[in-house]
Amino acid sequence: MKFGRIAWQGAIHEVTPGSDAKVRLADGREIAEGQFTWLPPVEVGTVFALGLNYADHAKELAFKAPETPLVFLKGPNAITGHKAFSRRPSDATYMHYECELAVVIGKTGYRIAREDAMEHVAGYSVANDYAIRDYLENYYRPNLRVKNRDACTPLGPWLVTRDEIANPMKLALSTRVNGKTTQQGTTADMIFDIPTLIAYLSSFMTLNPGDVILTGTPEGLADVKAGDVVETEIEGVGCLINTIVDDQTWSATA
Amino acid sequence: MEAHKPAVSGAVYGVILNDRDSLQRMGAALADAPYKGVPKAPVLYIKPAGTVVGSGAVVSLPAGESAVEVGATLGIVFGQGAARLAPEAVPAAIAGYVVVADLSLPHVSYYRPAIREKCFDGACPVGSRVVPGAEVGDLASITLRTYVDGSLVQTRSLADLVRDVPTLVADVSGFMTLRRGDTLLVGVTWQAAQARAGSRVRVEADRLGAVEFEIAAGEGAA
Repeated sequence: MKFGRIAWQGAIHEVTPGSDAKVRLADGREIAEGQFTWLPPVEVGTVFALGLNYADHAKELAFKAPETPLVFLKGPNAITGHKAFSRRPSDATYMHYECELAVVIGKTGYRIAREDAMEHVAGYSVANDYAIRDYLENYYRPNLRVKNRDACTPLGPWLVTRDEIANPMKLALSTRVNGKTTQQGTTADMIFDIPTLIAYLSSFMTLNPGDVILTGTPEGLADVKAGDVVETEIEGVGCLINTIVDDQTWSATA
Repeated sequence: MEAHKPAVSGAVYGVILNDRDSLQRMGAALADAPYKGVPKAPVLYIKPAGTVVGSGAVVSLPAGESAVEVGATLGIVFGQGAARLAPEAVPAAIAGYVVVADLSLPHVSYYRPAIREKCFDGACPVGSRVVPGAEVGDLASITLRTYVDGSLVQTRSLADLVRDVPTLVADVSGFMTLRRGDTLLVGVTWQAAQARAGSRVRVEADRLGAVEFEIAAGEGAA
């Protein structure tokens, strides 16, 4: 199953895909795109993100692959939905997307064995983990000013339940900027796979339903500018669309 | 120990190297690799929901660990959303302050995010009361005291903050919104006092109250 969350007519609705690119409410009514606002498909708990979790990307950034997962966290402020806007500050010279498979936890667990890990997965979504490299500093790197900016981590459009994805470790990822493909990879190239990440994180903290692990990105990063439409897509999971805006647009009062 | 509810329930953010004493003690190391310069922006981290416990908690360390650093600090608790605030607008957004023991497994390097070290379950004991700013008075006059098994092991004055509260909140809220109910810790010192498994810890400050907890060893293999 695929589930989305939307805001429509004063309420939040869980929806499923309808006909002709519409979404279907619980009572069967179908709503056309443009009539509602997409929300992140889950109300996120703790959001983990992985750095340098694809060998090719680590090489691209001139790092050797880490020996333990390089994990950082995001606050709720960072997350935004499908078809939303992300801000490129005027002083930035390099802001790049990162197409990532998001793993949503569905069952509480502590010290989860690697072989039991997949039972704790509710499903998957697509994340775009934007970074503004100008703000990188060598303290708790990647620091929050790079990675935890308001609305700079779009998530969605769907939560795709685990049973729909036969092998999450063999999915094609791609990013298109204004229709042109700029990033291509496969989840098969992850250094630390999903069961390893769940076992690692739960070795010291309890994972709960709604927690999300953004599993890292392959090579193929590129600068994006205000006005660019960025589509991050993962085979079988969905295509997440985001538009970059400048400071004035971001700060404009309606 | 009597168990209390933590006074906060929103997101908790912290900052390192926000006191001149820590910067001074780290000294020349800040200029060298891997840091290559003193930090420009506030160096932040997140204490996820599972870390927050109330006074009276027993905090079990991750497997194989037997000691923690007790980062005595104050949490700024927001009474309104804070986004892109100027320093002079900050006080109106603050509901009050709460005493916090920000626990970390000892780590010497600040280069990579310290997730296992700072995010294990129970790693953020929080006091039971948010004290309004008017009751707290001048933060620079606050001294935090850390006791382990009844002995005073560290005192820390808040008079030497690199960024005072208005400046810190203005800088942080410039790129990330702090929501009503969220907490921003004013900073922990580098290599704070340690407590061993089995010990009882208390962090207190005049006019702010105290947070008390016990440390238990991590069971199982590392």
